[in-house]
Amino acid sequence: MSRLLTIVTDHWWDIRDLSNLSGAILDLVDDAGGPAWLIYVVSGLLGAVGIVSFIGGVAIINIWIERRVVGRMQSRLGPNRVGPFGLLQPIADAIKLMQKEVLQPKLADALVFTAAPIAFTVPGIAVLAVVPWGRNMTLASLNVGIVFIFAMSSLAALAVFIGGYGSNNKYALFGAMRVIAMLVTYEIPIVLSLLGIVMLTGTMNLSEIVLWQEDHWILLIMLQPLAFVIYFMSSSAELNRTPADLAEAESEIAGGYHVEYSGMKFGLYYAAELINAVTVSAIIATLFLGGWWSYKLDEIVPGWMIFIGKIYTVYFLFVWTRGTLPRFRIDQLLAFAWKWMTPMAIINIALVAGEVTLWEETGWSAGVLLPTYVVINSAMAVGLIVAWMRVFAPQFERFPDQLRFYSTIDVPSLPAPERPLRPSEGRAP
Amino acid sequence: MIDDAGIVVAFWILAVSTVLCAVAVATVRNLIHAVMFLALTFVGVAGIYVVLSADFVAVVQVLIYAGAVGVLMTFAIMLTPAADRENSETAFQLPALLLAGIVLAIVVFVVYDTSWHVSDREAFVTTARSLGEAFVKPYVVPFEIASVLLVTAMIGAIVLTREDVDAP
Repeated sequence: MSRLLTIVTDHWWDIRDLSNLSGAILDLVDDAGGPAWLIYVVSGLLGAVGIVSFIGGVAIINIWIERRVVGRMQSRLGPNRVGPFGLLQPIADAIKLMQKEVLQPKLADALVFTAAPIAFTVPGIAVLAVVPWGRNMTLASLNVGIVFIFAMSSLAALAVFIGGYGSNNKYALFGAMRVIAMLVTYEIPIVLSLLGIVMLTGTMNLSEIVLWQEDHWILLIMLQPLAFVIYFMSSSAELNRTPADLAEAESEIAGGYHVEYSGMKFGLYYAAELINAVTVSAIIATLFLGGWWSYKLDEIVPGWMIFIGKIYTVYFLFVWTRGTLPRFRIDQLLAFAWKWMTPMAIINIALVAGEVTLWEETGWSAGVLLPTYVVINSAMAVGLIVAWMRVFAPQFERFPDQLRFYSTIDVPSLPAPERPLRPSEGRAP
Repeated sequence: MIDDAGIVVAFWILAVSTVLCAVAVATVRNLIHAVMFLALTFVGVAGIYVVLSADFVAVVQVLIYAGAVGVLMTFAIMLTPAADRENSETAFQLPALLLAGIVLAIVVFVVYDTSWHVSDREAFVTTARSLGEAFVKPYVVPFEIASVLLVTAMIGAIVLTREDVDAP
């Protein structure tokens, strides 16, 4: 039996490690006498084609997953008519989107209007290049991987903003402004929460962070539970997903920044949001849940399958919050970032800095220190969350005398009409 | 490595597109388009940093310039009424050209006049760690002064633009 296994392993047909396949193709190029730069081009193309085709499939299937799961949570069925279990519904939707006429407002800025959906889609896919899909399966093993993630997410915001601005529509402009307000606010807790991980592991390379977790036999979510909570909430705000989807709040601003988009341009926005959700799930799975490594499990199951399983675990959390939580108000959402997430992230960093210094100065073994840190950090996370809820929870008011969140604005009274107005003219006489 | 065919091709593609985008920033009439081209220019410069194996600087260039500065400029344009359309001719066209020409001449002169110190060692494998250590060890005082300066500028901006909410 073991003899049979050794025949299968380490050849290109061994799908347990997809790097065997790409390695075989690269060897083929090398044997044919290709120059050094050709190897780079071929390996880059292999990785890019792999990631983009994965993303294409995922963007199709995730629509179905999301709608079915949210439907189940809301006591309804979800799409179940097209194909078995409604599996072909996303394809029908895509065909409908492609057939629709792409309208463009007459006064819209044509260049900006067209470039925005494209510029919004690209950064989300580019982030996946630095994510390790398995052992030896990283397209670009960047030493500054985490900063690269921040850089790409800031580019996406500019794209959304110019799209909303170029639409020449007031609702679109409101949506775009909300995107910027949310991004500027939530960039800070996102960066600060991931800083704890960088300090603990001493690297910004995502592959090395996974290897660190493997070396120390621990998942970073145990060491950094508070950072996980902060990153999860902040990224759902950055993703525009439902607890925080104020940029496209249908009931307030009629769809926000993509109100003027139709047809496949809108489809690109829609696909990009799904792709960004998968991207953030992949980042969380890599940084907090160990990526392709999973204690002893990755010796039996291929690493990339474990990784995709973890991506979908996190994605389910996103769908869950979307299906169950009501939408924030914009001032609540921004206050939440400034009054809770940012201070908590700074406390978290101070704690991690103390722990790392203790570890380096005393040289005590990681086997003793890390479990202690797990206990301390978990207690700290629970304590801080409970304390914040006690201190800042709004008092329940059955009959509020005045609105507490707004100051009153004096509106100058209109001049009295010269003749009594008819009811159809707006104001009652 | 620097003379490798791929590096040379990448450099020329990046250089030409960066310069074209920079020219477009100055020539397009629509300010929003100008900001978009400016963001593209920043991304192109980041690409040139990558060619020079300065990965950290490249990524920070995208993060700060293309992301933050781009958004900031878009906001500034948006808050200025009718700034993005129907821009009239300006009287400063010639002086601006003259000033830009002088700056270009100075830069080119300095580039050719300086005797560049060429190191034999290989490029750094990872630059982020070396940069971080330089910031907190030998250059900690300039770093802190820069931080204080930025905080002062931020507080100053808030003080200048703040409306007096307590006033009746």
